[in-house]
Amino acid sequence: MSIIVDKINYIYEAGTSFERHALKDVSCVIEKGEFIGLIGHTGSGKSTFIQHLNGLNKATSGHIYYDGQDIYEKGYNMKELRSKVGLVFQYPEHQLFESTIFKDVCFGPKNQGLSKQECELRAFESLKLVGLDEKFYYNSPFDLSGGQKRRVAIAGVLAMKPEVLILDEPTAGLDPKGRDEIFSVLENLRKTGITIILVSHSMEDVATHVDRIMVMNDGILKYDDTPKNVFRHHKELEEIGLAAPKVTYIMNDLKNAGFDVDTDAITIEEAKKSILEIL
Amino acid sequence: MIRDITIGQYYQTNSVIHSLDPRVKLMGTLIFIISLFLGMNILVYIVATLALAGLIIASKVPFKFIVRGLKAILILILISAAFNLFLTPGTVIFKVWKITITDRGLKTAIFMVIRLVYLIMGSSLMTLTTTPNNLTDGLEKGLSFLKYIKVPVHEIAMMMSIALRFIPILIDETDKIMRAQQARGADFETGNFIKRAKAMVPILVPLFISAFRRADDLAMAMEARCYHGSNGRTKMKPLKYSKKDYLAYLILILYIGICISLNIIF
Amino acid sequence: MINHIKCDKLKEIVVNEEISYTLIRNEENNLNIVKAENLTFEYIRRDEEGNVESINKAIDNVNIDIKEGDFVAVLGHNGSGKSTFAKHLNALVSPTEGSVWVDRMNTLEHENTLRIRQTAGMVFQNPDNQIICTLVDEEVGFGPENIGVPEDEIWERVEKSLKAVGMYDFRLANPTKLSGGQKQRVAIAGIVAMKPKCIVLDEPTAMLDPNGRKEVIEVLHELNKKENVTIILITHYMEEVIDADEVYVMNEGKLVMQGKPRDIFSQVEKLKELRLDVPQVTELAHELRKEGLDIKEGILTTKELITELERIRGLKNVNNSR
Repeated sequence: MSIIVDKINYIYEAGTSFERHALKDVSCVIEKGEFIGLIGHTGSGKSTFIQHLNGLNKATSGHIYYDGQDIYEKGYNMKELRSKVGLVFQYPEHQLFESTIFKDVCFGPKNQGLSKQECELRAFESLKLVGLDEKFYYNSPFDLSGGQKRRVAIAGVLAMKPEVLILDEPTAGLDPKGRDEIFSVLENLRKTGITIILVSHSMEDVATHVDRIMVMNDGILKYDDTPKNVFRHHKELEEIGLAAPKVTYIMNDLKNAGFDVDTDAITIEEAKKSILEIL
Repeated sequence: MIRDITIGQYYQTNSVIHSLDPRVKLMGTLIFIISLFLGMNILVYIVATLALAGLIIASKVPFKFIVRGLKAILILILISAAFNLFLTPGTVIFKVWKITITDRGLKTAIFMVIRLVYLIMGSSLMTLTTTPNNLTDGLEKGLSFLKYIKVPVHEIAMMMSIALRFIPILIDETDKIMRAQQARGADFETGNFIKRAKAMVPILVPLFISAFRRADDLAMAMEARCYHGSNGRTKMKPLKYSKKDYLAYLILILYIGICISLNIIF
Repeated sequence: MINHIKCDKLKEIVVNEEISYTLIRNEENNLNIVKAENLTFEYIRRDEEGNVESINKAIDNVNIDIKEGDFVAVLGHNGSGKSTFAKHLNALVSPTEGSVWVDRMNTLEHENTLRIRQTAGMVFQNPDNQIICTLVDEEVGFGPENIGVPEDEIWERVEKSLKAVGMYDFRLANPTKLSGGQKQRVAIAGIVAMKPKCIVLDEPTAMLDPNGRKEVIEVLHELNKKENVTIILITHYMEEVIDADEVYVMNEGKLVMQGKPRDIFSQVEKLKELRLDVPQVTELAHELRKEGLDIKEGILTTKELITELERIRGLKNVNNSR
């Protein structure tokens, strides 16, 4: 599977005073098994973009190909696309509604028309994947902590067995503990070969986890490269309201202070190695 | 469709209409509605059309905003038009199979549609030019005499203004939840009535929970800011009539006077 | 104020020794804007028949003293009791045991409630759920209206507080249309307009993006310095804590650490145990130290790290030249 996005444009509320060109000629290729970070400040078009990938938004012009098939072609099965491209919205715990956690996770597979047995099997599997303690399965989702609720909501999308998982700021509002739990779930998922697209505001998180970063600004895909190459542009990133990880700045300051360290370091681990080498 | 509801959506601009006292605007809306229901006199409707057009121009609110509110009740308008059209007795002017249209039916249907359309446009104009808070202030002060018979006017007004403020937020929220459930394969568009009603559960439950959570948060935020009812409360923008408000009242009296006399004379 | 209470309470004091004890204690501690003594708060969960299912101690015997004019941070992960503590300072909840004084007023005494809320204003986490009005200036004026400030003075206060948070140009905007950081600044202005001595902020930046977070923290430091308002910031972002005067760390309802930011951040392992983050500079310095470099604990800025590394390099060079 691969997703090819070919010059998509999206104009929001065309013809009204709210008209906004939310996406401008965005093109990219997403390959199987990639872990991509999507960054950009609030209102840069990130959320609009990811909703195109599973067909919730329809581009005003341009094409998206999923597995070589144009998703805007007449008769294309959008429902199937939505189960292949799982989208976890911001604050996904707000969409929980069933009386038990288990039932809620079954909602997706049930909509796919699977048998009861298959639904339950999948719910079980995906709750395991997100690392929720079994003793909670038949409790109400509303009694859980914020971080646990969010993992249940992610399980709800995973139960549809998507090939691509998109998460819109999955750690927003969580404490460090909740955030670490989400990332350990994502790291486990990546081993299963699923494609992950992570929308995030934390450069540190993105730097530590993803293989590739896409930067959106004002509806344009500004950079699409490895984390190292993207964060090399930290000055340009600052101009559009973003930044490099803090550790990159530390390394730059060290360099300016006469230490011959690697300014491409984007994680603590890399920075540590580089400093130890020169001392 | 869900985004077409204009009630509670204020359009920010500077115009004479915006700057009028909300009590004038409330009274004006009431008088306008009364004028529409005075009778089926074409002259009255011409005056009403002119008045409405004049107000819309003076308000500087784009016309499409005012008609947007109509979309939401289009079906209601069509149904009431159909009832009047087909079920009013009178001289038959058109007949196919069992469907008959009478002259009186046609006339009442046309007037009905105009009435409803004008009614919505008139009240949309009021909400578009008055902030919800201003509006409830107007109601609170305009109805303050009810205090003496122990009606909690202030509390009702506060509840109304908060409800109005939360309408756009809850609409956005509904949209978000719908999308989230669609991403989980939910289908709201196909199936019969019962199936569709059932499909609403995954939207309504989260929506109610969110509304309660918001209400809870808001109540706490209000308490934290020393809100304790109308007792000892002052107003930052107390309502005071100015010259143009008195002028507006004069115009209103003139308007209803003209409408009534047209109705009586012709 | 204290005399006022005394007169009001005179009769009760005669019959109730405990209250007179309270008053004496109050006078002893009159330097502190906030004082919590043996504060305990229990949540009682009931099942459907109303029987007590479990009792959770959200706050467990906490003692905190906060000096007027300080910038104080309270850290802890979700469920550590820090938000419940914040609510006590605003008399939104009452202690199960122990007591809380805000500017020498006991939060248990009902007639103090409004005055306490005016003295210790509170800003909440979700910016959308604390906006009451549809215009920024009305929103800021809501608090002063409630405490009966005359019309002209409300306008003065609104203007001043909006300028203090840098939102004066937005006074006629719809607050729901602002960015998250701007909404929180308006919320802060709404509190400032009530002329509080102290502002309590319950995770005000948790739902903001990094830029919004920065805006809010900058405004808080400015208010603290210029207006001498005591700031009590509840958060789990460590970067926001570096410039605080005093840091408290809570875990499972208990106060587990207390000190200057440097003292707190010197204990990286303990913070990690509590599942809290440390700033990247501090963590890098700590990691280097673990690798055997002689770097002191509690590095808070890049400058300090550079100084330490330069010192180490100097030592090495000396050793090498020998």
